[in-house]
Amino acid sequence: MGAGMTRLKNAGAADILWEVADVIVANKAYLSELDGKIGDGDHGFNMAKGFGRAKERIDEASGTLDSAMRTLSDILMSEIGGSMGPLYGMMFSDMADALDGAAEIDAAAFGRMIRAGLEGVQAIGSARVGDKTLLDTLVPAVETYEAALAEGNDWPQALSRMKAAAEAGRDSTLDMVAKMGRSSRLGERSRGVLDAGATSCCLILTALADGIGRRIVG
Amino acid sequence: MQRFINNPDDIVDETVRGFVRAHAGRVRLDPGNARVVVAREAPVKGKVGIVTGGGSGHEPAFIGYTGRAMVDAVAVGELFSSPTAKSFHDAIRAADGGAGVAVLYGNYAGDNMNVKMAARMAARQGITVATVVANDDVCSAPLTEREKRRGVAGEIFMWKIGGAKAAAGASLDEVIATAQRAIDNCRSVGVGLGPCTLPAAGKPNFEIRAGTMEVGIGHHGEPGTRVEPLTSANAVADDMVALVLADHALPGGTEVAVLVSGLGATPVNELYVLYDRMADRIEAAGLKIHRGFVGNYFTSLEMVGATLTVMALDAELKALLDAPTDVPGL
Repeated sequence: MGAGMTRLKNAGAADILWEVADVIVANKAYLSELDGKIGDGDHGFNMAKGFGRAKERIDEASGTLDSAMRTLSDILMSEIGGSMGPLYGMMFSDMADALDGAAEIDAAAFGRMIRAGLEGVQAIGSARVGDKTLLDTLVPAVETYEAALAEGNDWPQALSRMKAAAEAGRDSTLDMVAKMGRSSRLGERSRGVLDAGATSCCLILTALADGIGRRIVG
Repeated sequence: MQRFINNPDDIVDETVRGFVRAHAGRVRLDPGNARVVVAREAPVKGKVGIVTGGGSGHEPAFIGYTGRAMVDAVAVGELFSSPTAKSFHDAIRAADGGAGVAVLYGNYAGDNMNVKMAARMAARQGITVATVVANDDVCSAPLTEREKRRGVAGEIFMWKIGGAKAAAGASLDEVIATAQRAIDNCRSVGVGLGPCTLPAAGKPNFEIRAGTMEVGIGHHGEPGTRVEPLTSANAVADDMVALVLADHALPGGTEVAVLVSGLGATPVNELYVLYDRMADRIEAAGLKIHRGFVGNYFTSLEMVGATLTVMALDAELKALLDAPTDVPGL
C-alpha cells in the first residue's frame, strides 16, 4: 500500500490523545526526577496534571483528534502555566488548526500537523536546536518524517523513522549545556542529564505515532 | 523545618484567599479567575492599567503591591511557576480602563511566553498592551547581555514608579518609558545562606553547605556566581555593595534608593545589620541615599539570605517613588 492510500478517520481518533495522556501520567515521577536534577522538579507534576485533566474532559467515543488536541491545549494554556503550558499549548493548538476538522487524516496531513506544531512552539519560544529543550526532539522528528515521506516511505515507515529521530534527538540533549529556562543558570553543570522537555516531547510523539500506527495497520 | 501546610496542592489558593480577606479594603479577587488579584478601585477609567504577575512563594510579591497608585491587577502562578496566559489576560482585562495596559514583569522564560500570549489575546479584544521586562539581577548574566538577566527586587521600584506615573495621568508610552528607566536604573544582587523547599517536592531543590554562602543566588535558588565561606555580616554587605556598584558606575553625588529584602527565613534584625554597613559603603562611594527600605519585600519561600537593590534616582523618579500609594506590601 502506498503512502497516499492509508487513512485514518478523524472522528473517533480523540482516544489517541488518551493514550498520549496515559503515557505522560505514567512518566510523571520520571519527568520530575529529570527536571529536579537541573530544573525545579515540577515538569512531571505539571505535565501529568494537564494531560490527566485533558483525559477527563476529552470525549473518547465521538471526538476528533483535533477537538481533543484543542481541549488539551486549552487546559495547558489556561490551567498549567509555567513554560510548558504555553509551549505545548501552542503546539497542540496549531496541530489542531492544521487538521481543522478534516474527515480523514493521511500521511501528508499528519506531516502538516506536526510541522504546524513545531512552528507554534517556535513562534512562542525563542530556543533553537542545541539549546537543550524540547526542540531538540521536535525539530529532527518533523524533518525526518518529512524526508521519509519525500523519499517514498509509506505512513508506518515514516512514523517509525520519526520515532527513531525523536529518540535520537532526546538523547542528544544528554551532552548539551542548557541555554534556556531555569536550567540554563547552571551552565556546564547542566551537562549529563536529559532535558525533561525533550524527554516529554519524545514520549508525546512516540505515543502519537504508536496510536496512529495501531489504527492504520490493525 | 516545620511548616504550616494543609495540602501542598491547595497552598496557592489558600494564600490568595487569605491575602484578599486580610486586605479587603484595598484588593479583591477577580470574579472570573481565582488566580487574579485586583485593586479595589481598578479599573480606573482613562488611567493606564498596571499589571504584573509571577510564580507564588515570593510574598509579599507580587500580590502585595496591588492597590492605589501601584499595581492594578496581578496574575498569580503556582509556587515558582509562571501564571497561565489566561491569568495574565484576565489581569489585563481587569486593569484596563481604556487607556492601555502596561505589563511590568520579570525576565523568566515562562513569564515571557505567557505574557506574550496574553498580550495577543488582549489585542484581539482591542486592548493596547505594552511591556517592560525587569532584568536587574547583576549576577545572572554579564552587563553586555543584560537582556538575559533575571528580574528580582528591582521590580518593586519599577511597579512603584510605573504605578505612580500612571496614577498621575500619563499615557501608556510615558508609563512604559518611565518604568523602563526605573528598572534600567536598578541593580540587584542576592546572597543565599540556606535553601528552600517546594512543599510538593518535600526536599530542598538545591544545597548550600554549612559555613558557606552562595553569592549571586537567584529568587528560585538559581546558582550564584561563587560559593564562599560565610564570615561576618559586614564582609557580606561589602561584597554585595561592591557587586552592585561595580555594575552601575554611578557618578558621585547621585541620589539612590536602597532596598534590602530578606529571602524568607532571615530575621529582619539581621537585614538591618546588613543595611547599616551597606549604607556606610554606599555613602563612602559618594552616593546619597534618598530613601532606604529594609524588610521582607520579595522572598523565596523559606530561603535564608538577602538581596540588595540600588536604584539611581533623578528628579522625576524621586518624586514618583515618594508619591503616595496604598498597598499591603509597602
